Amino acid sequence: MKKLLMALSMAASFAVAGAAHAEDKLKVGFIYIGPPGDFGWTYQHDQGRKEMEKALGDKVETTFLESVPEGADAERSIERLARAGNKLIFTTSFGYMDATIKVAQKFPNVKFEHATGYKTADNVAVYNSRFYEGRYVQGVIAAKMSKVGVAGYIGSFPIPEVVQGINSFMLGAQSVNPNFKVKVIWANAWFDPGKEADAAKALVDQGVDIITQHTDSTAPMQVAAERKIKAFGQASDMIKFGPETQLTAIVDNWGPYYIERAKAVIDGTWKTHNVFHGMHENLVVMAPYTNMPDDVKKLAEETQAKIASGALKPFTGPVKKQDGSEWLKAGETADDKTILGMNFYVAGVDDKLPK
Amino acid sequence: MGMFEAILLTVATAATPLLIAAMGELVVERSGVLNLGVEGMMIMGAVAGFGVAQLTGSAWLGMFAAILAGAAFSLLFGFLTLTLVTNQVATGLALTLLGLGASAMIGESFVGLPGVRMQSLNIPVLTDLPVVGKFLFGQDPIFYISILLTIGVTWFLFRTRAGLTLRAVGDNHTSAHALGVRVVRVRYLAVMFGGACAGLAGAQLSLVYVPQWVENMTSGRGWIALALVVFASWRPWRILAGAYLFGAVTIGQLHAQALGIGIPSQFMSSLPYLATIIVLVLISRNKRLTLMNTPTSLGKPFVPDR
Repeated sequence: MKKLLMALSMAASFAVAGAAHAEDKLKVGFIYIGPPGDFGWTYQHDQGRKEMEKALGDKVETTFLESVPEGADAERSIERLARAGNKLIFTTSFGYMDATIKVAQKFPNVKFEHATGYKTADNVAVYNSRFYEGRYVQGVIAAKMSKVGVAGYIGSFPIPEVVQGINSFMLGAQSVNPNFKVKVIWANAWFDPGKEADAAKALVDQGVDIITQHTDSTAPMQVAAERKIKAFGQASDMIKFGPETQLTAIVDNWGPYYIERAKAVIDGTWKTHNVFHGMHENLVVMAPYTNMPDDVKKLAEETQAKIASGALKPFTGPVKKQDGSEWLKAGETADDKTILGMNFYVAGVDDKLPK
Repeated sequence: MGMFEAILLTVATAATPLLIAAMGELVVERSGVLNLGVEGMMIMGAVAGFGVAQLTGSAWLGMFAAILAGAAFSLLFGFLTLTLVTNQVATGLALTLLGLGASAMIGESFVGLPGVRMQSLNIPVLTDLPVVGKFLFGQDPIFYISILLTIGVTWFLFRTRAGLTLRAVGDNHTSAHALGVRVVRVRYLAVMFGGACAGLAGAQLSLVYVPQWVENMTSGRGWIALALVVFASWRPWRILAGAYLFGAVTIGQLHAQALGIGIPSQFMSSLPYLATIIVLVLISRNKRLTLMNTPTSLGKPFVPDR
C-alpha cells in the first residue's frame, strides 16, 4: 500500500513537472490543406515550419495536421490543436478563414494566424503574400519566350488569390506583347496530379507552348517536359521535374515570417495584423531563371528588381477589364482592397470567369 | 498529331487505371465479397511501383512490385474478413485509410524525385498510321494489359468452370459450400486478384500517368472504380465502356474550358460524376436486370458449418 502511494505521488509529481516543462516551450500548430509531400504549397509551409524549429530550437515544439479539408473538418482540426495546448496556430489555406475565426472566439488565449484570408480578430492575424508580383515576371518571360503568343494557365478555384495571378500574368505578358493570349482551365482542385496532368495535356493539345499553374503538384511540369514546351513552377522550385523545362518558379518563403511571429508570442509582443508581403519583404522569391536566352533573363531580373523596390506595381493603369470597361486610368494603381477581392479578368484573358 | 488523336490518347490514359481497378473489384464482388479498400490497395501499388522503379531503374520491375504489393495488401483484408469474419464494409474502409497512411510513410523519401516512365510502344509504320496509329500501336504496356484483362476476365467468368464456380460462390455461398466448393479459398483468390489489379492500376498512375510519387496521388480514383462496378452492373464490357465514358467526360470538360466555352467549370468538373449517377438511375430502373446481375451473397459473411 505504501509503495503504491509512493508510486502514485511520484506519478503525480512527474505529471506536474511534465506540465511545467511543456509550458516552457511554445507549442505551435499548423493546419495544412495538402500533404507536406506535395512539393508545392504545403511543402513550402512545412519548410517554413522546419526553419522555425531550427531557428528557435527547444523554445518551440511544432505539430501539424495534414490534408485537412476546407469545411466542417477544418473547424474540428483547428479546435483539436487548440485543445492540445498549442498557443500559436497557423491555418494555411484561404478556406480555413471562417473556421479559424470561430475557433479563435472559443480560445481567446491562443493566437491564430490565417494565411491569405481577410478576416482578423484580437487573436487572429492574417498574413498574405503578393504572389501576383511573381506572376507578372512570369508573364514578361512568357511573352518573350512563346512562339505562338498563347500561354496555358491551370487554375485551382476562381478565388481572388488565383484571379490576381492570372491578371498579373496577363499584364506582364501584355507589357511585352499587347496581343498575348492566355487560355485558362480550372481544375477545381488544389491537388490532383492526374487531373492537373490532364489539364496540361488539354492545353498543349490546343496549341499553347508555355504552361503556368496555380495548383500544387508537379504534374503539369512533367507534362510540359514530356511535350517539350516550357513551364513555370508553382510554390516551390520544381526544376528537378523539368530540368530543361522550368523557366522559373515562384517560391513561397514563409520561414522568416513564421520565426518572427513565434518569437513575438514568446516575447509577449504578438499583436494582430493584416500583412500583405511580397518581393520587397522577401516572402515571394523567384527560383533561378533557367532555359531562356540571356536577354530574356536580363529583362526578368530587371522586372523583378523594379517590383521588389516598389518602382513597378503590376496593377498600374491604363488597364481595361475583360468586358472593355476601364478599370485603372493611366498611372493609377490598384489598392490592396481591390486586389484582395479581385473577381474580374483584365482584357485579353481567353476565358469566362466562373462565378 | 491531330487534336482528335491527342484527345483519344489522353482519354485512354485517364480511363486505364479505372478500368483495371474496377475489373479486379468486379471479380472480387462476383465472388460475393465487397472490398471497399480499392483506393488503399491502389495507392500501395503506386508507391511500391514508384519505389522499386526508382531503386532498380526498371519500370517493369516497378510494375511487378506494384502487383505484388496490391495482392499482399489485399491478403490483410482477406484474412480479416474471410478468416476472422469481420464486417466487410468497415474492414474495407479501414484498408483504404491504412493504405493512404502507410503509403505516405513508405513514400516519404521518394517525394520530389523524378520518376521512371514506362516507355510506350513504338512499332515502325504501324505507330505512324494516321489518327489511330498512336492509339492502337503506340501506347504504354499497361494500356494493352488493361484490354487483355477485360477479355480475360470475360472469358474466365462466363466461359470457364472456375468462373462458374466463382459466380456460384458469389450468388449463394451456402449452396456452393453444400456442393463441396471451398468458398473461403475461392474468395481468398478473388480478393488477391482484386488486390493485384488495384496495385497495377496504382502502378499505371505512378509510372505512366504522372511518373512521380506524391501522397494521395490516387485522389479518389479507387472510389470511382468501385462505382464503376455497380455502374456496369457487374459486367466486364460495361466496365470498359464506363471507364472510357468517364475518361472522355473528364478530358472533354478540360478541352471545353480551354476552348473558352462559357459553361461554369464547376459544373463541367462534376459532369463525370453526374453521368455516373444518371446511368446508375437508368440501370436500376430495370429491377429484373439488376437483380439478375447482382451477386446475391455480396457483402454477406460466410462461416462454413462443419
